[in-house]
Amino acid sequence: MNTILKKEQLAPQVVRFRIDAPKIAQKRKAGQFIICRSSEDAERIPLTIANGNASEGWIEIIFQVVGAGTMMLAELNEGEEMFDLVGPLGKPTHIENFGKCLCIGGGVGIAPLYPIVCALKEAGNEVTTIIGARSKDILILEEDMKAQSTQLYVATDDGSHGHHGFVSDVFNNLIAEGNTYDFSIVIGPGIMMKVTTDLTLKAGIKTYASLNPIMIDGTGMCGGCRVTVHGETKFGCVDGPEFDASGIDWDLLLQRLNSYTEFEQQAREKETCKLEGV
Amino acid sequence: MEEKSKKNERFIRIQMKEQDPQVRNANFKEVPFGYSDEEAIIEAKRCLKCKKPLCVQGCPVEVKIPEFIGLVAEGKFVEAARKIKETNSLPAICGRVCPQEEQCEIKCILGKKGEPVAIGNLERFAADCEREKGEVALPEMKPKNGKKVGIVGSGPAGLTVAGELAKEGCEVTIFEALHEAGGVLVYGIPEFRLPKEIVKKEVEYLEMLGVKVVKNFVVGRTETIDELLNGSGYDAIFVGSGAGLPSFMRIPGENNIGVYSANEYLTRSNLMKAYLNDANTPIIRGKRVVTVGGGNVAMDSARTALRLGAEESVIVYRRSEAEMPARNAEIHHAKEEGIIFNLLCNPIKIIANEKGFVKGIQCIRMELGQPDDSGRRRPVPVEGSEFEIECDVVIIAIGNKPNPLIPDTTPDIEISKWGTIVANEETMTTSKDGVFAGGDIVSGAATVILAMGQGRVASKSVMEYLSTK
Repeated sequence: MNTILKKEQLAPQVVRFRIDAPKIAQKRKAGQFIICRSSEDAERIPLTIANGNASEGWIEIIFQVVGAGTMMLAELNEGEEMFDLVGPLGKPTHIENFGKCLCIGGGVGIAPLYPIVCALKEAGNEVTTIIGARSKDILILEEDMKAQSTQLYVATDDGSHGHHGFVSDVFNNLIAEGNTYDFSIVIGPGIMMKVTTDLTLKAGIKTYASLNPIMIDGTGMCGGCRVTVHGETKFGCVDGPEFDASGIDWDLLLQRLNSYTEFEQQAREKETCKLEGV
Repeated sequence: MEEKSKKNERFIRIQMKEQDPQVRNANFKEVPFGYSDEEAIIEAKRCLKCKKPLCVQGCPVEVKIPEFIGLVAEGKFVEAARKIKETNSLPAICGRVCPQEEQCEIKCILGKKGEPVAIGNLERFAADCEREKGEVALPEMKPKNGKKVGIVGSGPAGLTVAGELAKEGCEVTIFEALHEAGGVLVYGIPEFRLPKEIVKKEVEYLEMLGVKVVKNFVVGRTETIDELLNGSGYDAIFVGSGAGLPSFMRIPGENNIGVYSANEYLTRSNLMKAYLNDANTPIIRGKRVVTVGGGNVAMDSARTALRLGAEESVIVYRRSEAEMPARNAEIHHAKEEGIIFNLLCNPIKIIANEKGFVKGIQCIRMELGQPDDSGRRRPVPVEGSEFEIECDVVIIAIGNKPNPLIPDTTPDIEISKWGTIVANEETMTTSKDGVFAGGDIVSGAATVILAMGQGRVASKSVMEYLSTK
């Protein structure tokens, strides 16, 4: 159970696992996530499901190696088992035929955006997708996104591929050209979501964002993942992870994501030493 | 003279020896050491062996108290444990966390003139003896009846039902959302009050009885109750999903960094083992920690904070000590360890520095007014009495609400306005055919033993239900 069927390095520091998980594969819907642990004492890591196949019984997760937890996770190899895997968690994305949809993804946020693009397309929407990364070598899922989107636009911060700049610039250009959209969803790093959703909302587009607050259990028990939406405290794990972007208190989210920066720095150093055998 | 002193001895309880408060407040080892064989026998001999034992009536699971105590008095410790297990499958846990002082012990006749028999201590002693001697034996098991029962949640209610139904010959599967079985016994109650090894052993005992424990399975998400009943072939389901959703105060600053729900704080420390120095899950080890609330969970949190290195651990509670829902023993332990009690005082605002980290909590003094709906005198703010307590961690321990996952994903089950599952108190049946419920998902937020008592009742109804199928 929970065997890693396939492990791929999508970009430096970005890993994709295909995992044998028939129950989750059968139930999962776009927007939902899993929580996994790589070993007995490891942290619980929440990751949005990036893809899945119910009949073949697998799901895929894509993660960036940023801290000690993801370093330990990336150490697992094909044929090995995830120590713990639970899901699908969270509320699925609300999918309907909105008409013209805009999906914007940044960095590893492109991974959870992929099943949403697929689901929106399947529901009959015209899907315009904008994806961006710092540089060409860390941009993921371009081909997959191209296959599922009506139009795909790419941006890189350093101009190594596609538009030289941010996904928000591409969005501004599309609006300037007179394009209109009925629905939009934005997934990426906190600051990117804050900036981009501000623009889409100003353009009058109903916008959702998928949040990534720190969480432990993922079932509503700890409240660590609380976010403020329209002035109310919500739990990212059970009320989300997607929320109406017009009500999200971004500054609070960004602040709370820094809760353990110091601890994470130390853990990363310790783990690096361990992996390098120092 | 000698005669008289013997008589007096009968009224004095043998106290269980404990770690020194100033030593234990810096470690996570269990507070009491347990009785020696001699101490247990002396204490057991105090029992009057009443013909109509009132203590048994006070016990939600009707442990055969005088009988097991009689066996302890004879030195038959393992037999005593087995006697308890006839009606209570988790004696090592109950001996530690049950509020005996308001259940069995309060009814003890000795209590009228002196101290009641230490029933809880003796229960713990007997169960520990059986376990430590490795003499845990299988109880009498009925032949397999071919019925499949699914249990949602591996807390006290679920574990009880699992044990009872396995003995009845059912094929029992427990579904647990977390990566470890035990529910609140592992994520909530700290090591110094209930060593996790004991919970592990109790779960292993159930596995010996043939109970299957499936971890990382969220009923409602991984499979719904309807899917378990219709697709996966379960004949009945017992829901013991607990009251896991933490309440917050809705005061400004509550989402600052360093404000934890007691659930999160205790889960990080207990389940994720953040109390160990090399743990992978972080916890903010505050220097000055304020815990808001007056229940057992608040005591657990404040005492955990001390053990995690806090120089000062303060309880803030809006009523007076008399109204505190925590057990007296817990309040006493907390005081001994140096917890500061700031009573009749209510938080109004949590203050943070420019980076969002907690630096203080603003409170207002309260006074007790007229009794409210709960019968307790309502605390009212004293105007102009605001003051600030400097702190870097705030733990909110003001209670939990039922977890909404099962209610949300089981459309035809009746839910109360408080979000609990409506169940008949005498049978623990719900509005949905084949579905039973018990523990905090029914009672709101109560005790381990009440959950177990409901579990026992539910087990009987499940058996009756299965016999009609």
